[in-house]
Amino acid sequence: MKDNNSLGQAMQAQVKRRSVLKAGAAGVAGGMLLPATARVAMAEDKKPLGAWPAGANGDSVFVGLTVDLTGPYSAQGAEQKNGYELAAEQINAGAPQVQKLSPLIKKGILGKKLVLGSADAETKPNTGVQAATRFIHDNKALMVAGSTSSAVAIALQKVCNREHTPYFTAISGSNETTGVDCQRYGFRLCYFAYMACKAIAPVVAKELGKNRKAAYLTPDYTYGHTTTQSMKEFTEKEGWKTVTNQVHPLGAKDYSSYLINIANTDADVLVVVAYGADAANAIKQAKQFGLLDKMKIVIPYMSAYLEKEVGADIMQGVYAAQGFWWTMQDNNPVAKDFVEAYEKKFGGKPRDSAMYAYLALVLWADAVERAKSFYPVDVVKALEAGEVRDSPVGKVTFRAEDHQGIVDFPILRGKKPADMKNPEDFFEIVQVVNGKDVLPTVGLLGCKMGGYA
Amino acid sequence: MPSMSLFLSQLFNGLATGLLLALISTGLTIIYGTLGVINFAHGALFVVGGYAGYTVYGLTGSFVLAVAGGAAVALACGLVMERGLMRKYYSRPPEDQILVTFGISIILVEIVRGLYGGVSLSVTPPDWGTGIARIGSLIYPLYRLETLGIAAVTLLLLYFVLYRTSLGLIVRAGIEDAQMVNALGINVKRTFLLVFGIGAMAAGFAGVINSPIVALTPDMGFRYLVESFVVVVIGGVGSFPGAVVGGIIAGEILSLTAMINPQYSDVMLFVAMALVLIFRPQGLMGQEGRE
Repeated sequence: MKDNNSLGQAMQAQVKRRSVLKAGAAGVAGGMLLPATARVAMAEDKKPLGAWPAGANGDSVFVGLTVDLTGPYSAQGAEQKNGYELAAEQINAGAPQVQKLSPLIKKGILGKKLVLGSADAETKPNTGVQAATRFIHDNKALMVAGSTSSAVAIALQKVCNREHTPYFTAISGSNETTGVDCQRYGFRLCYFAYMACKAIAPVVAKELGKNRKAAYLTPDYTYGHTTTQSMKEFTEKEGWKTVTNQVHPLGAKDYSSYLINIANTDADVLVVVAYGADAANAIKQAKQFGLLDKMKIVIPYMSAYLEKEVGADIMQGVYAAQGFWWTMQDNNPVAKDFVEAYEKKFGGKPRDSAMYAYLALVLWADAVERAKSFYPVDVVKALEAGEVRDSPVGKVTFRAEDHQGIVDFPILRGKKPADMKNPEDFFEIVQVVNGKDVLPTVGLLGCKMGGYA
Repeated sequence: MPSMSLFLSQLFNGLATGLLLALISTGLTIIYGTLGVINFAHGALFVVGGYAGYTVYGLTGSFVLAVAGGAAVALACGLVMERGLMRKYYSRPPEDQILVTFGISIILVEIVRGLYGGVSLSVTPPDWGTGIARIGSLIYPLYRLETLGIAAVTLLLLYFVLYRTSLGLIVRAGIEDAQMVNALGINVKRTFLLVFGIGAMAAGFAGVINSPIVALTPDMGFRYLVESFVVVVIGGVGSFPGAVVGGIIAGEILSLTAMINPQYSDVMLFVAMALVLIFRPQGLMGQEGRE
C-alpha cells in the first residue's frame, strides 16, 4: 500500500508542490523571514519555479548530481563526482583558485553554503530521471548536473526543463543534446560529436593519408549513431571511404563477430566510437584478433581512462579527441591549479569528465552571483549573457541560442611507452582545437528553444 | 552476400563463443537443476572469480594458480552463502530466493567496486595463450581457441561428477524426501552445501577463464547473468546438457546474425528464446512438468 501511496503522490506532485509552495511562500514572506534577495523577488511578483524559492530560503542550497556510478560508463561517473566535490569545496571556501575563474565567488554562493547530493543514474535514462525528480521535489535542488550517456543526458534535460531547474550535462557526446533536443533549462559545456569529428578528420587525414578505408564500431544509441554520422561526413570530405559500420548493443562484452566482419574487409583504419568499458573491450579484442597489426585506431570521442584500461602499448599512435588532458597545465595556470588540487584531494591526474563537472558547477555559481538570485529565469538569462570565463581549457562561454558551450579541446596522439616521462604521460597534444571554429552554425541541426516559464 | 570464408569463420566463432557461454551458464543450471534455487548472484560470483583471479595472477604470475584462486574464492563465497542464508530459503517460495540472491549480487559487486574501482582492468593471456592461430582463412586468437578446449573438458568433468556419481542421486533424493535420505545415513545438509559450492565455483572458474578476453569491470556480471538465463531457458532450465546445447545455439545466433546485420544480434537471441518458450516451454532438453 505504501508503494501505491507514493506513486499517487508522485503523480500529483506537480499540482501539490505549487500550492504548497505558494502557501508557504506567502506565509513566510508575511513574517518577513525571507532574506533580502528573496524579498525583492517577491516584491517583483515572481512565481515559484522549480524548487525556487523554497530551495533558496535556508543557509544552504542543494545541488543534485545524477552520475553514472554503475554501468559501462561508471569510471567516468565516479570521476565526475570527484570534480563536483572539488568545485563545491573551493566555492564554499572562496578559494583563490576558483576566484581566478569567477572573481564574484566569495564564500559559498550568495553567502549560502553549497550542499551536494548524488544518486547513481546507472547509465539508464529512467533511473536518472527518477533521481532528478527526487532531488527537485524532495531536496529542493536548485540545479541538477551529471551525465556520461547522452541518452541519460537528453532525458534529464527534458525533465529538468519541465521542472524549470537548470541542468548541466557533464559528458554528452551526441549531436542531439543541444543540436535537436536543446532546452531552455539545459546546458552542455562539453565538446560533442560534430565538433570532435570536424576537428579530428583533417588531422588524421594529414597524418594517416587521404585515401584510407575506415571500419566503424558504433554503440546502438543516440551518441553512437550521431558520432558515426558526423565522422563519416567529415572523413569522407577528406577522401576517406567507409567500408563497414558494425553496430553493437551498449555494454557488449564480446566483439568477436564484429571484429571478424571487419577483418573480412580491406579497412585500414578502425574508428572506435564505442565509449567507456565498451571501447576498452573492443580495442583489447581487436588487438587479440590481430587487427591492429594492419589497422590504425582513431577515436573521435575518447572516454577518460581508456588509455589506462588498454595500456600504452596499444595506445601508441592512436589519434583521439578528449575534452581535457592534464599536460595542458604546462601552458595554462588555471589548468595547473585544477590538476594540483585534484591530485591533492583524490590522487592521480584528473581527466575530462572531472574537468567538465568542476567547471559546470563553477559556471553555475558564477551565473547565480551575476544574477544576484537563484531565481531560475534570472540564472538562465545570466548564463545566456555570453560572459566569458577562464577555464582549464582556455576561455569558455555558452551560446545563447542553443546553450552549447564554446570550449576548446585537445586532439591527442598516444606516446610510445619508451617516450613516457611518467606513468600518466600517455599522450602528446597534437593540436588544441578552437571550439568556436568547429561548432555547427546555430540551427544547423534543428534546435528550437522553448520559453522561460 | 557474405563470402563462404566469412560464413565459416562466423560459424566457428559461434561455436567458440557458445561453449564459453555454456561454461558460464553451467553454475546457474547446476544449482537450479539440483537444489531448485534460481541463483541471481551467479553473475556476481563470476565477477568475484574474475577479480580474485586477476589478483592471484598479479601476485604469482601463474595463470593456473589464478584459475585455482578465482575458483576457490568463488567456492568460499558459495559456501558462506549457502550456510549463512540459502539454507533457510530452500522451502521458501522462488520469489524469496530470487530477492535474496539478487541482494547478495549487489553486495558482492559493490565490494568488488570498492576494492578495485570502476576503471576496467586488463588480464593478459598466459604465455601458452598468446598469439594468433590461423586455420585456413580464419584468423583466431590462440587463447580463445584454447578456451574452446578448456570449456569442453570442464563441462564433461562437471557432468560426470554430478550425473554419473552418486552425488547427484543423493541430492535429487534429498530434495524429494530429506528425512528419508537422512534416515539412510546420508548427511543431506552437507550434500546441499557441496552442490551450492560447486555451482559457485563453476561461476568463479568461468570468470577467470573469461578474464583475458574481456576488460574486467564490476558491472560485467549482469550482462552475463542475462545471457546465462537465455542460454538455460533455450536449453531447458536445470538440464546440464541443455546448458551446453543452449550455449552453442546462442553463440551461433549471435555470430551469424552479426554477420548479416550486427544491429540485430541481441534481438535475435531474445527472439529465439521467445520461440522456444512458445513451442517448447520446458526448453529443448528440459523435462516437462519438472518443478
